[in-house]
Amino acid sequence: MIEVKNVSKGFGEKQILKNVSHRFEKGKVNLIIGGSGSGKTVLVKCMVGLFEVDSGRIEYDGRNFSEMNFKERKPIRQEIGMLFQGSALFDSMTVEQNVMFPLTMLSDLSQQEKTDRVNFCLQRVNLPSSHKLFPAEISGGMKKRVAIARAIAMNPKYLFCDEPNSGLDPKTSIVIDELIMEITEEFQMTTIINTHDMNSVITMGDNILFIHKGEKWWSGNEQEILKSGNPEVDEFIFASKIMQHLRK
Amino acid sequence: MKIFFHLGRYWLFMASLFGKPEKFSVYRRRVLEEMESIGVSSLGIVSLISVFMGAVITIQTVYNLVNPLVPLYVVGLVARDTMIIEFSPTIIMLVLAGKVGSSIASEIGTMRVTEQIDALEIMGINSSGYLVFPKMIAAIFIAPFLVLISMFVGIAGGWVAGELSGVIPSTDYIKGIQYQFLPFNVTFAMIKTVVFAYLITSISSYQGFYTDGGALEVGQSSTRAVVYSSVLILIFDYIITQLILI
Repeated sequence: MIEVKNVSKGFGEKQILKNVSHRFEKGKVNLIIGGSGSGKTVLVKCMVGLFEVDSGRIEYDGRNFSEMNFKERKPIRQEIGMLFQGSALFDSMTVEQNVMFPLTMLSDLSQQEKTDRVNFCLQRVNLPSSHKLFPAEISGGMKKRVAIARAIAMNPKYLFCDEPNSGLDPKTSIVIDELIMEITEEFQMTTIINTHDMNSVITMGDNILFIHKGEKWWSGNEQEILKSGNPEVDEFIFASKIMQHLRK
Repeated sequence: MKIFFHLGRYWLFMASLFGKPEKFSVYRRRVLEEMESIGVSSLGIVSLISVFMGAVITIQTVYNLVNPLVPLYVVGLVARDTMIIEFSPTIIMLVLAGKVGSSIASEIGTMRVTEQIDALEIMGINSSGYLVFPKMIAAIFIAPFLVLISMFVGIAGGWVAGELSGVIPSTDYIKGIQYQFLPFNVTFAMIKTVVFAYLITSISSYQGFYTDGGALEVGQSSTRAVVYSSVLILIFDYIITQLILI
């Protein structure tokens, strides 16, 4: 479980996050949604330590992450897997080397154990025969799956996904969403997804946090969000023609 | 005031390189890979430039040597000392600032804008140490060899040019390159080379590491890396020369 308590963050004069508090549950897919520029990505970056919070705290199962230095954060960071919007695979490495990288750098496994783990992770994301390909040689959907395989290689307790469906066709988006849901349940991870994708909201929003103008505006699950009665939430959820049609 | 911001951030960046490596064996392998990338792949351009520098120095010295009282072997001496003291360490390192510096800045800059550096940091890996430290060690170790090769090839180029153009007989040129040879000049050149290698890798890495934006900014970082490295090479060339030779 990850708890965000009264987190504020600004850049210069501009206040991006204002006193945000929320609890992200273990074994569930937790979604952070909101319009562009609402502060979702900044919140996720504060949670993983890429940005330092100005005030408030972030707790990983009771451990105050925001007050730790680089060295103290290391054990927690090794429990985090992250899927980036652009996948962030290392261009100079093959698929196999990308997935093996955290194991090589951070574990004391033997070569055979590392190879077995890589095979397991690639099998898990349905990429059993792409080991020797480079990121430039595979499709966007495959890149996301390799990035998921790399993120779960160290058996993380916390999985962060920054817009996992961006740039993917609807069918591949569903495949990625299903994969994330399965993995979350299978490994009992605390999964946090920052998304715009309405299909993701409807199908896997166990715990949804809606951010508006840097503030926690609304929270609930996928059933509640459709009848939240909150004008900003409704405006966001029912912005597309399809959603408006479904509402009718 | 911006210069103080960059100076402060540069020193913090340098300090961050010296954290304990996550895996020493991985760093060792990366140093070897970088030595290949920085050193071996630059051998061709270094040799080509050096041979023509030596040739031009020889012909121009002969052209300017109008006093019949000055013996012809002085041409060899001038070619030797010019190559060893100045041209090989400074010009070759300026060329490397263009070739290696831009490559380092654009490689690290691209990794920054495509979130590859963020991925390293989230894994708990010291990203600056992992990416930059091996490049710096490799450059500091391999650059002196490149400069030594440049000295040898440049002096040989001068001999070939003198022989082909017939402006100086081989015996005079060879006598000149052996005349009053000071081994300290090579030591001096090596000191300069190591300092320049450090400047190129650290400045280019800094520019790449703090790239913010997209493809345009990566290009701008790459350009800044080359410009700042080149200017600082020239400034430090003057400082080191004044400190050591005077």
